[in-house]
Amino acid sequence: MASRDFLKNPKLEERYFRTRVYVVAFFVLCCIFILGARLFHLQIVSNEHYATLSQENRVRVVPIAPTRGLIFDRNLKLLADNRPSYQIEITPVEVDDVEQVVNQLSAYIVLEEHHLKKFFEDVKRKQAFESIPLKLNLSEDEVAKFSVNRHRFPGVEIKARANRFYPYSGMSAHALGYVGRINAQEAQQVDRQDYSGTTHIGKLGVEKFYENILHGEVGYQHIEINAQGRKLRILEHVPPTPGVDLILSIDANLQKVAQNSLGERNGSVVAMDPVTGEVLTFVSTPTFDPNLFVNGISNKQYSELRDDMDRPLFNRALTGQYPPGSTIKPMVALAGLHYGETWAGEKMFAGPFYQLPGHERKYRDWKKEGHGWVDMYKAIAQSCDVYFYTLATDLGINKLSEFLNQFNLGARTGLDTWGEAKGLMPSAQWKRAVYGQPWYPGETVITGIGQGYMLATPLQLAVATSKIAMRGHAVRPRFLRATRKPNEPEQASSITAIPSIFIENDLYWDQIITAMVDATHKPNGTAYRTGKDAKYTIAGKTGTAQVFGLAEDEEYEEENVAEKLRDHGLYIAFAPADDPKIAIAVIVENGGGGSKSAAPVAKVVMDHYLLSKEELANIYKDEQKLEIGLASVGVN
Amino acid sequence: MASTYSIKDSLVTSPIKEERNLFNIDPTLLISLLILCAIGLAVLYSSTSGETAAITRQSIRFAVGFIALFFLAQIPIKEMARWTPWLYTFGIGLLLVVMFVGYSGKGAQRWLDLGFMRFQPSELLKIFLPMMLAWYFSEKPMPPKLVQIFIALIIIAVPSALVLRQPDLGTALLIAFGGVCVIFLAGITLRWLMIFGGLAMASLPLLWLNLHDYQRQRVLTMLNPESDPLGTGYHIIQSKIAIGSGGVYGKGWLNGTQSQLDFVPERTTDFIFAVFSEEFGFMGVVLLLFVYGLIVMRGLTIATRAQDTYSRLLAGGLSLSFFAYFMVNIGMVSGLLPVVGVPLPLISYGGTSAVTILAAFGILMSIHSHRKFISH
Repeated sequence: MASRDFLKNPKLEERYFRTRVYVVAFFVLCCIFILGARLFHLQIVSNEHYATLSQENRVRVVPIAPTRGLIFDRNLKLLADNRPSYQIEITPVEVDDVEQVVNQLSAYIVLEEHHLKKFFEDVKRKQAFESIPLKLNLSEDEVAKFSVNRHRFPGVEIKARANRFYPYSGMSAHALGYVGRINAQEAQQVDRQDYSGTTHIGKLGVEKFYENILHGEVGYQHIEINAQGRKLRILEHVPPTPGVDLILSIDANLQKVAQNSLGERNGSVVAMDPVTGEVLTFVSTPTFDPNLFVNGISNKQYSELRDDMDRPLFNRALTGQYPPGSTIKPMVALAGLHYGETWAGEKMFAGPFYQLPGHERKYRDWKKEGHGWVDMYKAIAQSCDVYFYTLATDLGINKLSEFLNQFNLGARTGLDTWGEAKGLMPSAQWKRAVYGQPWYPGETVITGIGQGYMLATPLQLAVATSKIAMRGHAVRPRFLRATRKPNEPEQASSITAIPSIFIENDLYWDQIITAMVDATHKPNGTAYRTGKDAKYTIAGKTGTAQVFGLAEDEEYEEENVAEKLRDHGLYIAFAPADDPKIAIAVIVENGGGGSKSAAPVAKVVMDHYLLSKEELANIYKDEQKLEIGLASVGVN
Repeated sequence: MASTYSIKDSLVTSPIKEERNLFNIDPTLLISLLILCAIGLAVLYSSTSGETAAITRQSIRFAVGFIALFFLAQIPIKEMARWTPWLYTFGIGLLLVVMFVGYSGKGAQRWLDLGFMRFQPSELLKIFLPMMLAWYFSEKPMPPKLVQIFIALIIIAVPSALVLRQPDLGTALLIAFGGVCVIFLAGITLRWLMIFGGLAMASLPLLWLNLHDYQRQRVLTMLNPESDPLGTGYHIIQSKIAIGSGGVYGKGWLNGTQSQLDFVPERTTDFIFAVFSEEFGFMGVVLLLFVYGLIVMRGLTIATRAQDTYSRLLAGGLSLSFFAYFMVNIGMVSGLLPVVGVPLPLISYGGTSAVTILAAFGILMSIHSHRKFISH
């Protein structure tokens, strides 16, 4: 066939062809070289980069949540426990259509709106291969129903997890706070890595304050997975470090006694050991069941609690700010002694009212006819208002304010919990800053008896009482008595000293304490009813906080005032007076005068703390339940 | 080009006794092909996680391929030249049949079910088209005239268009590339080459408009795979990770985590090179490229030493088709070229391509060993 075409020139064609093949061969070699260079770049130059990616691809780090530390009371009664509970979890990557699966699951598991809301919020926030809880705390019935149908739900699992449980329920709620599911905002704040396996976080109180040590450290499992995210084997296991157990200074028994003594009334009891600063009782009534919050409270339950007239969620001990009333009188007296405005034995005539020189307005005494001739002792014991109107005016607001600040009035106590209210100790400067108005002398007059702008929390009053008991040498109050790591001895928490209160003459302390003892033990003392059969000496002071402002000439008549507008009763005390072991502040909202509402509550708590079982049995013999001792309190 | 022969040698008219090979088999090609097949089976074993059924099936295909190779090596090349127009027509016919009654898979209609096996007629065109062009140009003087180039382009366009319609962009491109190589080797003048090249470039937008969405997406993804890491870019990203993490010596046979844990997509077929380079590293890659290069060079040598236009063009066209095969595959798997469905010759799992490739080398061997029958 080659010779058919005359124009063909085989030799020329051959040469022509060869040249073309050389060109092509050169091109081929160039291409192979380019491929080689590309692979050299991938495999040798960028090897490290791709090796890392490959490792990240196949190894998934699955966090293991640490066990949260337990919380005990001072006698090692368990206040916050971890109990196993079953929860249903969905791993989105293993499920085709998450919403559909959730729909199907609702046939076996009761799902409420808040479950779904939280779940879909988490789905958005977390990665698709993470197992996301849909509902916590399943009932046995739900677990059983799901287990039977488990094969229909790949990617859905029931897991046992430790769940926070508060055995004392409401009894401990305001002291401990509670934990709850981590919300989006909290997730931003915590260390992402450390909390990667954790579902709950301290929301309030001690649980929140000691979150960092209660939480523990996260553990890991390095799991090899394939491209579908299926787990193949565990490569490495780093166990989590459980959280530290807390031993609190709270006495669960005393807590119960205080709570029951308040009974149905709204109020608060804070008792502490003045020597160590340990808080023994921290009660606010009414209370609520913190267990409701652990696994997500339903909207209905929450609105019931929130809208309750008595405000059970309100922590009165920590954030309830009340006018301290006459309870501050011993401290005002001390200020008078310290600044040399008076001396203990100096007598003055106290009429039915006090008037500022050149002013018409009458500041009335609680005692209609007045107290007559009073010295400082009598003025404190009988709570003479006119004496303190006079003394406060003599001191002036700035000295008074500065002095009372040292007793933590208007200053946070630094208790190791979260959310403490500051209270308010007014001063001329404060008023100008807040209201832009000058301070009026009349305001100094009523500040002298703890009314007006002044506000204090029960905690602040308890701390102030401790400071009196310790003659100015108090320590910072605290809940934490000791911490305990697993398999390690307890480690006592340290006492933090705070600056002592300097008084010109230490004798003045004795004088006001004597006056406080008189108030409880002398027949005409305001708390004599409580003190007369006490087995130990109590230094105390009653107080009454006005809820309802009275006009100058009006008289307060309890029966005529609606309950919500009735005065709050207050009482501060420490005992034994010569060797203080307990300092206490009680407030009974709308309880009327402190002597009949608050003082008896304090007495019951002090009895239970100071007396032996036998002595208690003697006192509360009529009582069926020794530990509760309600009857002797005589709820008015 | 490692040709050790001078022009004189290739022009000798007498038979070269010492070059006669046993059964017309070229040992260089045979050994290289056997090495490739061995590598192919080893990598396939790894990428199927030791699935013996797949290994057996692939071995049978290799066996069929080698039988075809052996058989074709015995047929004198001038016989093949005579059948060429009929083979080409037959191939086009099969493509038409596939268009109407083909078996579809993965959105494309490429296969013809013969009952005992499925095969892709498009693969046959990879041989028949170069044959047809070689046959066409063999009777024309060099350089080809414009009319002849047009006719050649039509010969290329018909099967390419049919394959593109299946749709199978990769194979269509490979077929067309084989054809264009033949035109180039047939001596198209530089002027026409530039004109047609320019026209081809200008028609790219037209081609773009005619691509399927998924094909366009592949091109876009190739340009920036990270833009869509979970969608179409996933293939390239994962395959690059597999290759890159292989390093110098590789992770070892059966130990490639990317491959064994399913991160490499299509790891037995189009992306098998990722498995190979992850497990055998850059060393393995160099060896593989060397073997591939050796085969192409040997093919081109055979082309230069062929004694008639038909043999020359066919040998050159087949060798360059083979080159395009692995170039496009490795280029796409390593992220240099867009993902077009082209298997890695003799390594990827798949029947028709393995058989046709081996058959093509049978033809090359025939060209080489039947030189002596042609006289000048």
